[in-house]
Amino acid sequence: MGIIDKFDPLKEQMVQILDQDGNHKEDMLPAEMTDEVVKEMYEKIWYVRLCNDRAFKMQRSGRLGTFASVKGHEACQLAVNLALKETDWVVPYFREQAIMWDHGVPMENIYLYWKGNEWGSHIPEGVKCLPPSVPVGSQMLHAVGISWAAKMRGEDEITATFFGDGATSEGDFHEAMNFAGVFKTGTIFICQNNQYAISVRRNVQTAAKTIAQKAIAYGMPGVLVDGNDPFAMYAVTKEAAERARKGEGPTLIEAYLYRFDDHTTSDDASKYRDESEVENWKPRDAVIRMQKYLAKKGLWSEKYQEELIESLKPKVEEMVKKIDEHPDPTVDDIFGYTFAELSPEMERQKEYLKKSLGQ
Amino acid sequence: MKTNALHMVGAINEALRQEMTKDERVVVYGEDVGVDGGVFRVTDGLHAEFGDQRCFDSPLAESGIVGTAIGLAINGMRPVVEIQFSGFLFEAFAQIMCHAVRVRNRSRGRFTCPMVIRTPYSGGIKALEHHIESEEAYLAHLAGLKVVIPSTPFDAKGLLLAAIRDPDPVVFFEPKRLYRSFKQEVPEQDYIIPIGKAALVREGTDLTLIAYGAMVRECHEAAAQAEKEGISCQIIDVRTISPIDRETIIAAVQSTGRAIIVQEAPRSFSVASEIMSFLYENLFQSLKAPIARVTGFDIVNPMARGEDLYLPNQNRVFQEIKKVMG
Ligand SMILES: Cc1ncc(C[n+]2csc(CCOP(=O)(O)OP(=O)(O)O)c2C)c(N)n1
Ligand SMILES: [Mg+2]
Repeated sequence: MGIIDKFDPLKEQMVQILDQDGNHKEDMLPAEMTDEVVKEMYEKIWYVRLCNDRAFKMQRSGRLGTFASVKGHEACQLAVNLALKETDWVVPYFREQAIMWDHGVPMENIYLYWKGNEWGSHIPEGVKCLPPSVPVGSQMLHAVGISWAAKMRGEDEITATFFGDGATSEGDFHEAMNFAGVFKTGTIFICQNNQYAISVRRNVQTAAKTIAQKAIAYGMPGVLVDGNDPFAMYAVTKEAAERARKGEGPTLIEAYLYRFDDHTTSDDASKYRDESEVENWKPRDAVIRMQKYLAKKGLWSEKYQEELIESLKPKVEEMVKKIDEHPDPTVDDIFGYTFAELSPEMERQKEYLKKSLGQ
Repeated sequence: MKTNALHMVGAINEALRQEMTKDERVVVYGEDVGVDGGVFRVTDGLHAEFGDQRCFDSPLAESGIVGTAIGLAINGMRPVVEIQFSGFLFEAFAQIMCHAVRVRNRSRGRFTCPMVIRTPYSGGIKALEHHIESEEAYLAHLAGLKVVIPSTPFDAKGLLLAAIRDPDPVVFFEPKRLYRSFKQEVPEQDYIIPIGKAALVREGTDLTLIAYGAMVRECHEAAAQAEKEGISCQIIDVRTISPIDRETIIAAVQSTGRAIIVQEAPRSFSVASEIMSFLYENLFQSLKAPIARVTGFDIVNPMARGEDLYLPNQNRVFQEIKKVMG
C-alpha cells in the first residue's frame, strides 16, 4: 500500500513528512531527498522568490503589468517537478512561476508575459509546458487531452496540471476530472488550495470538507497534502506519477497551503483578511522549515544565506534586463499569428494600420 | 434637484443601492462582490448595508452564477449578477443563449427572465489577456437579449435602473476605462434612461460620428480637432446596442449625409457592420460620401504592450474624418 491509499481524504488526513519545526518522519522520507537535493531546492525557492519580489517592484514602477505572486507556492511546485521527467508535460494556470521555470521556461519569458507581451508565451522548443491560462479552470481539460494524446501515441509522457481552490467550482473542473477518470489518462491534478479565490474563502467554494475527497466521485484517488512540505509533495507526486506511467490513471492532489501576498498586484487583501491570519501562516512557510531542517544538519548558516542571496542577485538582474530590453510588438507582429496565413481583408487592415501610423 | 459628482463606478453603485432599497427582490451576487466590494469596487458597501442575503459572494462559476440567476428570476426575484470580466461571459454563454433569452418565448409568456448581468468590459487600461476584449456583437446577435453600454456616469445610473426594471434579460457592459476616468454631476433622485434610445451628444452639420462606450470620448476629441479645421461633427452615443435605435441614428445621418462608425471590437460581423447596413438600406440616395468605420481588427486582441496599436483613438478617427470629407 502506498502513501496515497493510507491517507483518507474523507477523514481530512493530511500527508506531512517535514513539520514546521524542521523535524521529519524518517520512515517516510523519500530516498531521493538527499542533502544536495534539498539544498538545491532551497536555493531554487529563493531564486523564484527574489524574482517575484523584483517583479513586484517592476510592476509598481510601471514596467510590468498585473501579475499573481507565487509566494507560498514555490516548494509545492518544485517538489512536483522533481517527481516529473523532462519529457512530461506541465499545464499551469497563472501562479506557476516556480514549476514553469524549473521545467525549462526561462524566467524572463514568464514575466514578459505579465508585461503584456505575447513573446513571453513563446516557450522554447522542446520544453513541454504550456503558457499561463487565465480563464480559471479551463486548462485542466487541455491537460487531460495532452496526457490522452500521449496514451494514444504510445509515448511515455504524463501531465501535471495546476489549479486553485476556486477553480474547483468551475464546470471545467468536473469535466476534466470526469474525462480523466473515464479514459484513465495519465494526468496528475494538483489543486493549490491557498485558502482564497481572490477574496472568497475556501468554504464558499464547496461544502465538502476537503477538495481531495472530490476525487472519489470520479473514480480516482485523492489525497490531501501539506503543500508547504516539499518532502510530502514529492513523495505523493512520485506515487501519482508511477500510477500514471503504469496506465493506472489520474490522481487528485490537494496541496494545502497559503497565499502570502495579495491575489495579484491589483488586489488589496487587507480588505478581506486580517494581518494576524497571515502572521499565523508564516511559520508554516516551506522556506522556514527547510531552513530549520538544513540547519539541524549543519547545512545552513546566516553566512550561507547571505552568500546565497548575493549570488542570486545578478541572476535576477539579468532577467530584469532581458524583460526591459524586449521590444514591444509591431504591427506585423500583432497581425502575424491569428492564422497561418492572412486573409486579403486582414492584409488590407494591416496596411491601413501601418499607413495611419505613418509607417 | 440634488446632484453629486460621481465617477461611473460611483453612479453604478448608487443605482444598485437605491434599487436594493426600493425593491426587496433585487439580489446582487457574483465573484468577490460581497465583502471585497468587487474587483473594481462597484458593489462597495452593499454587503455591509444589505447583508449576506442581498449581496454575497458566489462560488467561482460563471455558468452557475447565470444559470441560478435564471431560476431566481423565474421564481420572483430580480437578480443583478456580476461576471467579473466580460471575457468570462462565455463560461455562461450556453445558459444565456439556450435559456435566459428564450424563457419568455418558449413558455409563450408563462415564465419570464427579468435579470441583469453586469460586467466590466473592453480595453484601454493595459489589463491582462482576456480582460481587454469587446464582446457586444456575440451578445447582440441573440434574439431576446438586451445589450446596454453606457459612456457616462449619468447614463450608467439611469440605464442600470432601467435594466433592473426591465421585464427581460439585459447584459450591461461597463467600460472599465471609464470607471474612474471622469466625474459627472449625477442626480440623487431616481431616474431612468430608456433602453433602446440613442442620444445626440454633440450637434454638428457636416458629418455624424456614431460610437458607444469608451469610443464616445475619442469621438469628442476628434470632433474638437476637426472643428479647428472648420469641419462640424455631430456625435451619436448608441447607448443600447440591442435593440438598436435605428430611427435616431438614421435621422442623424440623414441630416449630415456622412457617417463614421467607431468601435473597439473587431471589424467584421460587428455592431458597426449592422449600423452600416441599415444606414445603406435607408439612406443610399442621400449620402454625400461612403460610410466609414474605425474599428479594432480581425485579429486576436493583442495583450497590453500591443493594445495601443489595436484600439481606435482620436487620431485614427480624425484621419477618417478628413478622408470622408475629402
Ligand atoms: C473563468 C474565470 N472567471 C473569473 C476569473 C477572474 N479570476 C482570476 S483569478 C480568480 C480566483 C482564482 O482563485 P483560485 O482558483 O483559488 O486560484 P488562486 O488565484 O487562489 O491561486 C478569479 C475569480 C478568471 N480569470 N476566469
Ligand atoms: Mg486559491
